[in-house]
Amino acid sequence: MHHDRADQMSEDEDDHRSPPSDLEFTSSEARNYSTVGSGSGSGSGVPESQAPYLDQVLDNVLDNVLQFLTSRQDRNAASLVCKSWYRVEAVTRSELFIGNCYAVSPARASARFTKVRSLVLKGKPRFADFNLLPQGWGAHFSPWVASMAKAYSCLEKVHLKRMSVTDVDLENLAKSLPGFKELVLVCCEGFGTKGLAAFVSLCRQLRVLDLIESEVADDEMDWISHFPEGESCLESLIFDCVECLINFQALERLVANSPSMKRLRLNRHVSIGQLFRLLKIRGPQLTHLGTGSFSLSDLVPQGDQEPELDYASAFTACKSLVCLSGFREIVPDYLPAIYPVCANLTSLNFSYANINTEQLRPIIRHCHNLQIFWVLDSICDEGLQAVAATCKELRELRVFPIDAREDSEGPVSEVGLQAISEGCPKLQSILYFCQRMTNAAVKAMSKNCPDLVVFRLCIMERHRPDHVTGDPMDEGFGAIVKNCKKLTRLAVSGLLTDKAFSYIGKYGKLVRTLSVAFAGNSDMGLKYVLEGCPRLQKLEIRDSPFGDVALLSGLHQYYNMRFLWMSSCRLTRQGCQRVAREMPHLVVELIGSNWEDMEMDDVAEKLSMYMYRSVEMPREDAPDFVTIM
Amino acid sequence: MEKGLGFGNDLNLKATELRLGLPGTDEVEEQADYNVRNKRPLPDATVAEECGGKGKSDAELETAPPAKTQIVGWPPIRSYRKNNIQAKKSEPEAPGIYVKVSMDGAPYLRKIDLKVYQGYPELLKALENMFKFTIGVYSEREGYKGSEYAPTYEDKDGDWMLVGDVPWEMFINSCKRFRIMKGSEARGLGCGV
Repeated sequence: MHHDRADQMSEDEDDHRSPPSDLEFTSSEARNYSTVGSGSGSGSGVPESQAPYLDQVLDNVLDNVLQFLTSRQDRNAASLVCKSWYRVEAVTRSELFIGNCYAVSPARASARFTKVRSLVLKGKPRFADFNLLPQGWGAHFSPWVASMAKAYSCLEKVHLKRMSVTDVDLENLAKSLPGFKELVLVCCEGFGTKGLAAFVSLCRQLRVLDLIESEVADDEMDWISHFPEGESCLESLIFDCVECLINFQALERLVANSPSMKRLRLNRHVSIGQLFRLLKIRGPQLTHLGTGSFSLSDLVPQGDQEPELDYASAFTACKSLVCLSGFREIVPDYLPAIYPVCANLTSLNFSYANINTEQLRPIIRHCHNLQIFWVLDSICDEGLQAVAATCKELRELRVFPIDAREDSEGPVSEVGLQAISEGCPKLQSILYFCQRMTNAAVKAMSKNCPDLVVFRLCIMERHRPDHVTGDPMDEGFGAIVKNCKKLTRLAVSGLLTDKAFSYIGKYGKLVRTLSVAFAGNSDMGLKYVLEGCPRLQKLEIRDSPFGDVALLSGLHQYYNMRFLWMSSCRLTRQGCQRVAREMPHLVVELIGSNWEDMEMDDVAEKLSMYMYRSVEMPREDAPDFVTIM
Repeated sequence: MEKGLGFGNDLNLKATELRLGLPGTDEVEEQADYNVRNKRPLPDATVAEECGGKGKSDAELETAPPAKTQIVGWPPIRSYRKNNIQAKKSEPEAPGIYVKVSMDGAPYLRKIDLKVYQGYPELLKALENMFKFTIGVYSEREGYKGSEYAPTYEDKDGDWMLVGDVPWEMFINSCKRFRIMKGSEARGLGCGV
C-alpha cells in the first residue's frame, strides 16, 4: 500500500539522544574542516610524521565499517565521535534524510555528504494539508534540483513530501541524472502531466514512479505514452491520485512491456473491464494493486460493444497480491471478484469505497491475515465489529468519515472503538474519526492494546465531551499516555482541559508528535507538554488558548524539535519576537499579512506562527504574507 | 429563487443559468458529478472558508452553507479525500436510467445516469463539463441561443426533441438517447409550440 512509504515518511525517527543531521551545533569546527587529511591523530601517541599515514589507514577501516551503518540515528552519533569519523561518515552516507527543507541549504548538504544515492526531503508543515497554510508559502524543490545536478552524480532515488515541484524541476531532474531510478512524490503539488511526460521520456532507467496524494494539474498531455518504447524496467507505477484521463492502450502496452512490475495503482479513470485486462497481463506478479474505479466505464468508443466481464476468475491468478486499494467509484456488486485474494491480503484500503456493513462482511470474513485496514465509517460500528471478529493480526486501522463535516451523522462511535480494542490486541496504530466517544472506550483501548504507538482520535464536533457522562475527554487520553508505554504519536480532540495536558506531560515520555486542536484552558496546558515531553519533535496546535507565557516556557526544548506550529492561539508579535531573539538558530515565521498591522502586544487570534530550527540564515524565498522575525 | 450554479471559473455559469421545470419546482443544491478541479489553480493566496462539498478545489473561494459556519481545515481531512469520496451508486431497488450521449464531432459516446441529476440545469452543466462546450441560454420560443450546440433527445416515440421542453420527470422517463447537435440541424429543432 502506498502508505508503506507514506508511513516511513511520517514516522519521526529523530532520536533525542543524538542531534539529527539537519542540524549541527557541535560541529561548527567540522564545517570548516578540510578534507585533506591533516593531523587528527590526537591522543594517539604516534610521532607527528607518521600521523597522516595512520589517518589514511584509519579512514579506510572506518570506511569499510561505517558502510554497514544504515540507521541515520546511528550515523549521526558516529559523526560526533571525532573529526575523522565525521569525515568518513559523511562520505559513506548514501541515504540522506532532511526532515525540513529549510533547516539546511542544498549547498551545505551536498558539501558535507558527497556520495548520496537517495534523498528524502520534506517541506511544508502538515497543517498545510488542511488549508491552514496559504498557497505559495514555499518548500520549492527547484534549488535542490539545481544543487543535486552538480553534486550528486550517483543520486538514484528522490522521495519528497509536501514539496512544491514544477514541471521544469521534473525535467531538469531527469536531464541531469540519466541513471535515475526512483521518484516518490507524496502530497506534492505544482506540476502537471506535462512535467510527468517529460520526466518519463527522459528517465530510461526508471524503476519506480509513485505519485501519492499529490495534486497533478491536467495539461491534457498523454504522459503514459511518453514512456520509452520496448522493454521497461518499471517495478512500481502508482498514479491513483492523478485526476486526468489516460490513454489505456498506452498503459496496457507499458504494463505488458514491464516484466518486473510488482506495484500498480490505477486512477479512477480506469474501468473494471480495463483492470481485468491488465490483470491478465501482470496479475501473477503484482504484490500491490490499486483497482482504479472498480466500476464500468462511462466512456464507450463508438461502435464497440461492452464485453462480458469475467468477475469470478479475474483475481484468481493474483497469487502474489498482498496489498489492495482503489475502489474509487465502487459498484459493490462487483466486490465478490476479490474473494480469491482476501486470505493473502495484509493490507486493504477501502477508504474511498462507500460500502455498508452488509457489503463489507463477506469480504472481511476472509481477511485473516490483514494487518493494515483503511475504511470509511459507512461500514458503521457493526462493520468494525466484523473486522474485530476476524482480523486478529491487525496492526493499523484508519476510519475516515464519509461526511466530513462537524454536524454530520457519525455512523461510528465508542462501540466500534471498543470492539476493535477487544478483537485486535496487536493494534499499533489507529486513526479514528467519529462524532460520539466515551472515556471508557478510550481507556479500554489503552488497556487492551498495549502496543499502541500511534493514537489519533478525531471527534469531529469541536469541544465535544464524553457523550455518556458529559465529562471532558481528559481521562481517556490520560489513560492512553499512561498505559501505552510505546506511544510516540498522539492527536487529541473533544473537550479537553489543562488536565489532559498534564497527563501528557507526566506520562508521555516517548511522545514525538503531538497534534492539538480546540483544546486546553490556559498557558499551563502547553507548559505541561513543553516541560514534560523530552522527546517532542513535532508539535502542531490550532485554536487553543496558549499564549506568550507558554511559548516562552519552551525555550529549552526548541532546538531539540523539528518544528512548532501554532495558529489561532493567543500569541503576540512581541512574544514571537522574543523567542526569535533568544534563539538565533530558530526561524520564527509569522504567516498572514495582518501581523505587520498589529500592535506588538495585540493577541493575534487569526494568525499562524511556524517555528523551526535551522543552520542557515532565514530563507529568501518567503512570500509577502510571511514575516520572519 | 436566484442561485449561482457554483464553481468553475471558466464557464461563466451565471450568464447561461437555466431555469426550467414546472412553476414551483424546487431548485436543489448543485452537486456536480464531474471534477473540474484539476485545471491549474489560479494563484489564490487566500485561506478560504471551506465547505465539505464535492468537486471543490483548494484554491477556490466558496460561500459557506447557511446552516453552520464551517471552520477552515476542520475536521482535518485532506481536500483530496473530501472531494473524492464518491456518492453512492444507484440503490438496487431503484436502478439508474442510463442513456448514451453522443455529441456531433466527438469520437466517444458517454453514458450517463439521468437519476443522478435533479433537474435540467445540473444535467446540462454536467454535459458541458463532460464534452467541454457551452450550451446556450434556453427560452421556450427560441431554443438554445448563444451557442452552436443544442441538446436533443430521442423519446419513446422515436422523435427527436429539444431538451427542456417538457417537465423533468417526464423527460427522464421518456428519454432513450441523447445527442448534442451542432449547427443548422440544431436550430431546426428550436421552435417550440
